[in-house]
Amino acid sequence: MSTKNELEYLLKSGKVSRRDFIGRAAALGVSATMASTLFAGSASAAPKKGGRLRLGIAGGSTTESIDTATLPGFMAQQLSFGQLRNCLVEIDANGKPVPELAESWSSSADAKSWTFKLRKGVEFHNGKTMTAEDVIHSINHHRGKDSKSAAKSLVAAIDELKADDKYTVTFNLKEGSADFPFVASDYHLGIVPVGTTGKDMEKGMGTGGYILESHEPGVRAFTKRNPNYWKEGRAHFDEIETIGIEDSTARTNALKTGQIDFMNRAESKTFHLLGRLAGIEAIKTTGTKHYTIPMHSDQAPYNNVDARLALKYAIDREAVVKTILRGHGLVGNDHPIAPSNQYFNTDLPVREYDPEKAKFHMKKAGLSDHKFRLHTSDAAFGGAVDTAVLYKEHAAKAGINIEVVQEPKDGYWDNVWMKKEWTFSFWSGRPTEDWMFTIGYAEGGAWNESFFSHERFNMLMKAGRAELDDTKRRAIYYEMQEICSNEGGSVIPMYASDLAGASSKLGHDKIAANWEGDGMKIAERWWFK
Amino acid sequence: MNSILKIVAQRLALGIFTLFVISLVIFLGVEALPGDLAEAVLGRSALPETVAAFRRELRLDLPMHIRYIEWLTAFVQGDLGNSLANGREISELIGVRLANTLFLALFAASIAVPVAVGLGILAALYRETWFDKSISMVTLSTISVPEFFIGYIMIAFLAVQTNIFPSISNITWEMPFFDRLYASALPAITLTFVVMAHMMRMTRAAIVNLLMSPYIEMATLKGLPRWRVILMHAFPNALSPIINVIIINLAFLVVGVVVVEVVFVYPGLGQLLVDSVSSRDLPVVQASCLIFAATYVLLNLTADILSIVTNPRMLHPK
Repeated sequence: MSTKNELEYLLKSGKVSRRDFIGRAAALGVSATMASTLFAGSASAAPKKGGRLRLGIAGGSTTESIDTATLPGFMAQQLSFGQLRNCLVEIDANGKPVPELAESWSSSADAKSWTFKLRKGVEFHNGKTMTAEDVIHSINHHRGKDSKSAAKSLVAAIDELKADDKYTVTFNLKEGSADFPFVASDYHLGIVPVGTTGKDMEKGMGTGGYILESHEPGVRAFTKRNPNYWKEGRAHFDEIETIGIEDSTARTNALKTGQIDFMNRAESKTFHLLGRLAGIEAIKTTGTKHYTIPMHSDQAPYNNVDARLALKYAIDREAVVKTILRGHGLVGNDHPIAPSNQYFNTDLPVREYDPEKAKFHMKKAGLSDHKFRLHTSDAAFGGAVDTAVLYKEHAAKAGINIEVVQEPKDGYWDNVWMKKEWTFSFWSGRPTEDWMFTIGYAEGGAWNESFFSHERFNMLMKAGRAELDDTKRRAIYYEMQEICSNEGGSVIPMYASDLAGASSKLGHDKIAANWEGDGMKIAERWWFK
Repeated sequence: MNSILKIVAQRLALGIFTLFVISLVIFLGVEALPGDLAEAVLGRSALPETVAAFRRELRLDLPMHIRYIEWLTAFVQGDLGNSLANGREISELIGVRLANTLFLALFAASIAVPVAVGLGILAALYRETWFDKSISMVTLSTISVPEFFIGYIMIAFLAVQTNIFPSISNITWEMPFFDRLYASALPAITLTFVVMAHMMRMTRAAIVNLLMSPYIEMATLKGLPRWRVILMHAFPNALSPIINVIIINLAFLVVGVVVVEVVFVYPGLGQLLVDSVSSRDLPVVQASCLIFAATYVLLNLTADILSIVTNPRMLHPK
């Protein structure tokens, strides 16, 4: 690794200082502004109030809903979670859970019972005071037999939910979970007034910094500042217009001509040009988003660890990041934990492209003549087809024969992913190690896309979940990453950055990387200078 | 006149039958697509039990023919139903967008039709000159490139470089009329370029065709000026084919502009239809498709009636 990627990688894993980083970045010809956006958190003046923020957002759809059980795309998520509603817990810009509607929380020694003390005197937009009954209703909205919530699996760990008094809620979990406060920060778990279901959900009632004026799904939403907002020093704009713009060229032009103040999902091909325009700040954040190539590791030939390892050695990650992501990302190490995660294993060397080792392991597996069918589609992520073709070329140098099968985009997640033996997939990642491993790698999990089943790994997962001691947890998660990287059933070649553009009239602090758009909280955290 | 009313009644009855057949075809088409609304909305976060709960609530678990008959009964009674994806009333969902689509179509047509017909007449008047040839060349070139490309060129020159017009059409019905016109200027100009060639060429061809007729020769021999021969003698008789082409292009302006909608972020009906198909939101797909189909049926009817009215031979058949 000798490019900017390496620098970013080192930076994220804390191996270089800011001064070092800027210096080395300059040597590579990265401009100072770019370097400082990579090193998020430039100094900022005190926020000012007022103005009308216009967000140009991709990820909307005319069929979207702001029912907290649905929230299908970024536009709806950003509206519900970023403007209208609050959760019990918020993830701050450093990825740490901080109190939001819960003032404080504590757990039993086995991390099985969690008690949240609610903030007093918080009012919904309609003037109702938020109490325990609202919290219980909002969480139960996702539970139960008839739940059609996308967050059902998230709340499945809750055994019982009860109000101790008007401002105290206790969650009893089926098993210990040291990361439960992170779960309570999920965007689906926004708090709504008791009794809100179905159509009433579309009214957007919540405790958030902005009040919904109108919402035309996928087209636009208007919100006005909540004059009664309980959070100090947040929600600075007078009003916000969220405009759905799916076409990336249209989004870029709208930003260039000053019709919007912020755009998400900037084109990676033109991102370097965006930063050169006067009055526009190009913003890059690298969080937990990663692209995976999972195989059915319970079936031949993928049940052979050597075969899996050979396939992992047979991809040139550097080249893939450079061509597919145009350098806007980091190389992956065949496990789903990102440098921005708390217990990212910095001791584990990144797997290099090594045709000789690939050949060796494939021979050991006795599969040198096997033809591996790789099913791909751009439905998995933009560039998945090109990645597959590149991979085929890289593997050919190791004498491994990959046949690329292009699948239709429509119905990819229903008919191809997890159905065919080797496919492409993407993950926005999760803020905690346990959450990520449980959802995607635990034996029997609904989204265990590589059908991974490893006794020690599953044992460690259980132990780590209930462990409250930091040092012990670190050791556990380090080992799990190592197991996943060396024996896991997914090739994970890259982490992809979120690219965005903003008017330089906008001010902000350090940008959170847990979700795109400053953790979806631009409306609340940013201001006009 | 009675014969016209009879034709209208006949055609309307046929039209209604056509709409019925179309609704059936659309229903079967959407059913044939892989996956259903529950899977589309929940996406990758779908669990078998949440998908099942979703289907139960939206009655997607019922057999296909029962769902179709239920939909049809409600539709005949004037109830478009609710969107399955977000529970909103379809009439409310479609109303504004239909108005937006019609607004853009009328705006584009009010530029394109006079300009195209005018240029067509001029081209016929000065046919085989450099003027005729250059007009044909320009209009044919604009129809030959994809519409999004024209759109991007418009944006590059009129929005990004010179900042004359906004690059996205962020319109609402609360905006004053002229602000709305200004905001939708670029899509209207783009559509004008897309539809102009067809109308202009047809106008020219229809007139040139008539210029061979004996009565035109007579008019010329009488010593009438050329413009008068074309405008007063040839043009009225060429109206019938011209009207037909204009109407086809009007229909295109209503139903075929989804690409332009995407490029200019114009909140019209096309985008709604595309989104509803991809999320398998059947009632919305049905409603939008039937509106499109009805547009075609009604506009074709209008074209036929206008051709009859402008043609005395057809108005008084023996």
